[in-house]
Amino acid sequence: MKVLWLQSGGCGGCTQSLLCAEPRPLFDELRDAGIEFVWHPALSPESGAEALQLLGDCADGTMPFDVLCVEGAMLHGPEGTGRFHLMAGSGRPLTEWVERLARRARWVFAIGSCTAFGGFSAATPGNPLEACGLQYDGDEPGGLLGEAFVAAGGLPVVNIAGCPAHPGWVVDTLQKLALDGLTEGDLDDCGRPLLYAEQLVHHGCSRNEYYEFKASARQHSDLGCLMENLGCKGTQAHADCNVRTWNGGGSCLRGGFACIACTESGFEAPGHPFQETPKIAGIPIGLPTDMPKAWFIALSVLSKSATPKRVRDNAVADHPVVRPAVRKPSK
Amino acid sequence: MRRIVLGPFNRVEGDLEITLDVDAGQVMAARVNSPLFRGFEQILAGRAAQDALVVVPRICGICSVAQSAAAAAALGDLCAVEMPENGRLARHLVQAAENLADHLTYFYLFFMPDFARADYVDRNWHAAVAARFAAVTGSAAPAVLVARANLLKLFGFLAGKWPHTLALQPGGSTRAIGSAEVVRILALLRGFRAFLEAELLGDALESFAALASEAELRAWGAGRGSDFPSFLQAAYDLSLENVGRAADGFLSYGAYAMFPSGVWRVDGAVDTLETGKISEDTRHAWLVDGPPRPPADGETYVDADKAEAYTWCKAPRYGGQILETGALARLVVAGQPLARDLVARHGASVTARVVARMIELASVVPVMERWARAIVPGEAFCHAAALPDSGQGVGLVEAARGSLGHWLSVDRGRIERYQIVAPTTWNFSPRDAAGRPGPLEQALVGLPAGAGAPPTIQHVVRSFDPCMVCTVH
Repeated sequence: MKVLWLQSGGCGGCTQSLLCAEPRPLFDELRDAGIEFVWHPALSPESGAEALQLLGDCADGTMPFDVLCVEGAMLHGPEGTGRFHLMAGSGRPLTEWVERLARRARWVFAIGSCTAFGGFSAATPGNPLEACGLQYDGDEPGGLLGEAFVAAGGLPVVNIAGCPAHPGWVVDTLQKLALDGLTEGDLDDCGRPLLYAEQLVHHGCSRNEYYEFKASARQHSDLGCLMENLGCKGTQAHADCNVRTWNGGGSCLRGGFACIACTESGFEAPGHPFQETPKIAGIPIGLPTDMPKAWFIALSVLSKSATPKRVRDNAVADHPVVRPAVRKPSK
Repeated sequence: MRRIVLGPFNRVEGDLEITLDVDAGQVMAARVNSPLFRGFEQILAGRAAQDALVVVPRICGICSVAQSAAAAAALGDLCAVEMPENGRLARHLVQAAENLADHLTYFYLFFMPDFARADYVDRNWHAAVAARFAAVTGSAAPAVLVARANLLKLFGFLAGKWPHTLALQPGGSTRAIGSAEVVRILALLRGFRAFLEAELLGDALESFAALASEAELRAWGAGRGSDFPSFLQAAYDLSLENVGRAADGFLSYGAYAMFPSGVWRVDGAVDTLETGKISEDTRHAWLVDGPPRPPADGETYVDADKAEAYTWCKAPRYGGQILETGALARLVVAGQPLARDLVARHGASVTARVVARMIELASVVPVMERWARAIVPGEAFCHAAALPDSGQGVGLVEAARGSLGHWLSVDRGRIERYQIVAPTTWNFSPRDAAGRPGPLEQALVGLPAGAGAPPTIQHVVRSFDPCMVCTVH
């Protein structure tokens, strides 16, 4: 399976993240699954004229390839010219290259939230970059390729959203495709692979005991739940960060800071400071999406009143100050 | 005179185009174009001050933590908070881990594959180098990717994830680790050391770091079969110590309380860093023209139809001087003997820039081991920081590629102005209003170019380890 990769209005972080794939080295993992890069801007040998020739051959159909992976938002500005990103050496807007190549690809993957939805590039007030995603403009279908776009393989754009995307999300989606294809049943309502997006960041969170008892952190480096005060959206964000984990066992929550829901469209403009939980009458407004608010509040009151001292004290410390009791065997 | 446009440049971070004026097979003048505009300074304006910590790492996926550290430092400057010692150590560890991972990725995946090109097929080192370093398929890559991924596991323990963490706060680090994590971090660092000693250097880190002159370096490298000595063999065969010289003024903001800040003047003296001397010139950028402005008063307004413009990159200058930044600059400013000797003999060069990254790998890993052991479990990692409603802050750090500065001003809790001067903005600067070319533009003059030319330009461009996405933040 041949993969062609392009980068545009983004930070390159999804590629940097991808190189952390484990346990096997990325190149070995892909090669043995029958996946190869036709060209990748950060990895391939070809530069300059050689690279342009190769891309031209892919765009006019003389060099067949299977998957177009795009990393970074599509920049239409200024004033629709695409000059905020002309592909070096070609003088043509990158958006034009992507449109040509998407017509030849059997599958099109948006790598990262910029590419899926527009991300930070689209977050400037008034969007002067005229940035959008491949098939979404924020949470509205459309984007560069349009709502009706379907690649030759039968699917719209596959949105491997995340900022950055976890290496496993990309590698596993490519391998699933190479193994037995992808269908609409493998994707959620906004095109994200269910292999990572059918979970919530909340699942497997190491702070779940604090969440159960609503024992909240008050400041950074506290051990408690980050939802009530520090802006955490782990109960709303679709991703398996706390099950799969990052960099050998980490996640945002395990790192001591809030989930900012970076796999969701519009995460970059939440309407409140990222690290503060917006509240109305002391109650966080961003409650779990599938739980009636009254129940949540009732449960919160009950669980707060039942919080063990260990959980209450540790929630506001940066290391456990009360250990779980050791039960002596009964005689 | 002929005009050649080179691009895209693979294996640099982001997009890069270079226009060359060529006469008789030689570069007469070079213009460096960063063809992508990102607009992060506008994205930041109007947001809550602490939101900078979320936004700025997304400028760059390879210098992500350096961007976070600069923002945390700028916010720390704004509210004058002191970090606890553990927080300081944790920050040093993650910044160094990112910088060293970058040096490793750079050497094996971005820089060395050019020596596998068929242009060098008649060189006696080519077959071995091509087998080891060919892009994607070279025999070195699997072990390199494992070593890199394992080093970056420091982030799993100290900062949640890499890239794009929120662990670096003005008052320290959000993740208070205990002795179990210290043990794991030391084990990871020992693993990284083992890779460097067995594969990259073929010697103990301390032995390599002690080399004090070019003569000692060459004697050390002779006959050694590991990866960096392979580069030295090719580099001296191609005389790359005489290639790629720019202006030979060097800038360092200082790093991890290990490398001091300063400015190395062309005449060989180190000046104290005076940030007031930094200004940015927009004459040749597609940005609204005006006199050079200090970053604290900087502006970034698009003017896409400007006649003299050829890039989205501004031209930073230091008291009017053109400065180069990066690992070589850090070491020259710090007085590291081998770096100073290489520069004294040849000026900055492809070889010197690459050697400097190796010196950093060899000299920083042992210090990281000391930082990890110095962490005191149970003591604080983060102090609460109350940001004032109004004020100004400056955050200066060293990314892998050199000096990175953030200048912010806050009014009524909102970011009023945010200006970023990134390492590659210095190195890949365009001409300024006086028409003086930036470091890479100078380094390319005189090189062979056009049909049949060897890939020397590729080596010189990548010797700076450019990060274009930072450049055009």
